[in-house]
Amino acid sequence: MTTARDGKVVLEVKNLHTYFFNRWGTVKAVDGISFTLREGETLGIVGESGCGKTMTSLSLLRLHPKPASRIIEGEVILDGEDILRRPERDMREIRGHKISMILQDPQTSLNPVYTIGNQLVETLGLKKGSHGNLKNEAEKSLRKVRVAAPERRLEDFPHQMSGGMKQRVVGAIAMACEPMVIIADEPTTALDVTIQLQYLRLLKDIQAETGLSIIFITHDFGIVARMCDRVAVMYAGRFVEEGSVRDIFNNPSHPYTEALIGSVPKVEERVERLYQIEGQPPALYDLPVGCRFESRCRYAKSKCAEEYPPYFEVNEHHKAACWRLDPSWETLPSSSK
Amino acid sequence: MQRYLILRFGQSIVALVGVTMLVFFLTRLSGNVLDLMLPIEATPEDFERVEKAWGLDKPIIAQYGIYMWNVLHGDWGQSWKWGAGALDIVLEKFPATAQLATFTLIISTTLGLSIGMLVAVKKDSPFDWGGKIIALLGQSLPSFWLGIVLMWVFAVLLGWLPTSGRGEGLGGIKYMIMPAITLGWFNVAALMRLTRSAMLEVLDSEYVKLARIKGLPEWKVIWKHCLRNAAIAPLTYFGLVAGFLMTGSVVTETVFAWPGTGLLAVEAVQSRDYQVVQAVVLFMAGIFIFANLVVDVLYAYLDPRIRYN
Repeated sequence: MTTARDGKVVLEVKNLHTYFFNRWGTVKAVDGISFTLREGETLGIVGESGCGKTMTSLSLLRLHPKPASRIIEGEVILDGEDILRRPERDMREIRGHKISMILQDPQTSLNPVYTIGNQLVETLGLKKGSHGNLKNEAEKSLRKVRVAAPERRLEDFPHQMSGGMKQRVVGAIAMACEPMVIIADEPTTALDVTIQLQYLRLLKDIQAETGLSIIFITHDFGIVARMCDRVAVMYAGRFVEEGSVRDIFNNPSHPYTEALIGSVPKVEERVERLYQIEGQPPALYDLPVGCRFESRCRYAKSKCAEEYPPYFEVNEHHKAACWRLDPSWETLPSSSK
Repeated sequence: MQRYLILRFGQSIVALVGVTMLVFFLTRLSGNVLDLMLPIEATPEDFERVEKAWGLDKPIIAQYGIYMWNVLHGDWGQSWKWGAGALDIVLEKFPATAQLATFTLIISTTLGLSIGMLVAVKKDSPFDWGGKIIALLGQSLPSFWLGIVLMWVFAVLLGWLPTSGRGEGLGGIKYMIMPAITLGWFNVAALMRLTRSAMLEVLDSEYVKLARIKGLPEWKVIWKHCLRNAAIAPLTYFGLVAGFLMTGSVVTETVFAWPGTGLLAVEAVQSRDYQVVQAVVLFMAGIFIFANLVVDVLYAYLDPRIRYN
């Protein structure tokens, strides 16, 4: 995976903002996200429920709920062009073909009234220059995700398959048109542990064969360690820390990351109670001016509540948005609270 | 699939037999037929004679057995009022009801489904608001009132449509328009609301998300992936409505003097023509049960989960 750092950039997201507009006001679900993704690289996006992970990924496909939400600003440069500037009808050739997504719950992501074969063939038919026997192609794509006896499985309906099997089929559908980037939105959360491992290994193998880039959305640091090259930690609509997996684990530089890693149980230590982060994240329609983690942060000083911190570089590939990294931190007055 | 069909068919037969029992015993409960039938000066001997001739002296279970035997052999009894076979009378009136029902069903289902889909896809747009007004009016205007107002506007004031009755051939369509609106508006409203909520639920589902993610064109997402899944609830309602319409609407047929089975049922009850009442109810029940059987088969066609269980 060391090569990933030098691969060509396939996706560059700059300052992406996706807001919801409702009766409570403006909900800033995605509030200025930037990152790059290289060929064959896996970027993990970690954060608690409701921090905007899924909205970020849907925005990348321009499938955010409409008309409730809008992409306010930003650029999503995929394969050299900004897909936010393209008309909606062009998106059909981008979705599935350049960027695709695996959804969280395999039980509901397949249409219950059509056979697996029907849903696969339909997808394969969208591929440019597709011809010949789509059924053979469908069999091949099932074989690729290691579904046993694919010729018989094609006639099956989703309810006749197990969860793990369905998630493989979803994977086959998502990758049918050979996209460059795939977003895996907690693909293993709904699977049991042994099946989870198989599925993650399968994704890794496919990535090694095809040079696929993966955005892996999860809240499980164990999976991050297993799957990802780099991690971005998301909190209240923004990335608060980003870096290589090793850096983030060894030297978490944002108190939120530190707390997240601290709340994962470890085998070596016996603890009576798991560490938990006190308080609630701020409501996305009523965000504070300062750091959004300030109210839950044990290090907070008064500056934290006054101004949102910029990114400070920890090293060349590791940055975090926290005032503690500011050289003048020690001299700042402590919180008035 | 076969097991499912056989099971549903068997259930339908049981339901029909149940209906014959209900009809037979309930009409017997309403009093002695002879009191009504025989003239006031009839002697007890006359009563005994007629009772014997009609088999009314036998135990009620035996009477039911004879009735069922006759029904199965095509003899549904004689009408006392019209002096003809009860089944023949029903069959004579049925085509008018069936014609109006088919016309109404086709139009109201097409409108209800398509408007329902449109307002779901265009949620919170002017289409949606317009749809809500159509639904509100359709569900709150009583049919006796709507029928009379339509008649007043389109027949009396404007003179575009005939007030009542039934016409032959293609010209007959103009006789059906007002009764069909009166019968169908409520169904359009109900179907539209069912379709809308079912579509909204399906549009929000993960498999629709996946269909979009893989790059399917929007029309295919709607017509292939949404419609079939959203059709279950409207289909259930369709079965009920088809049953109701095919058995004739008492109110609408009365308002527009439409010579159908609904009108016949009213007349038969009013003149206590029990043989005809029995025949009408049994016939209506048969149609109702048949309509639901068809819906059950369609369920299995639409949803494989039903087919395989």
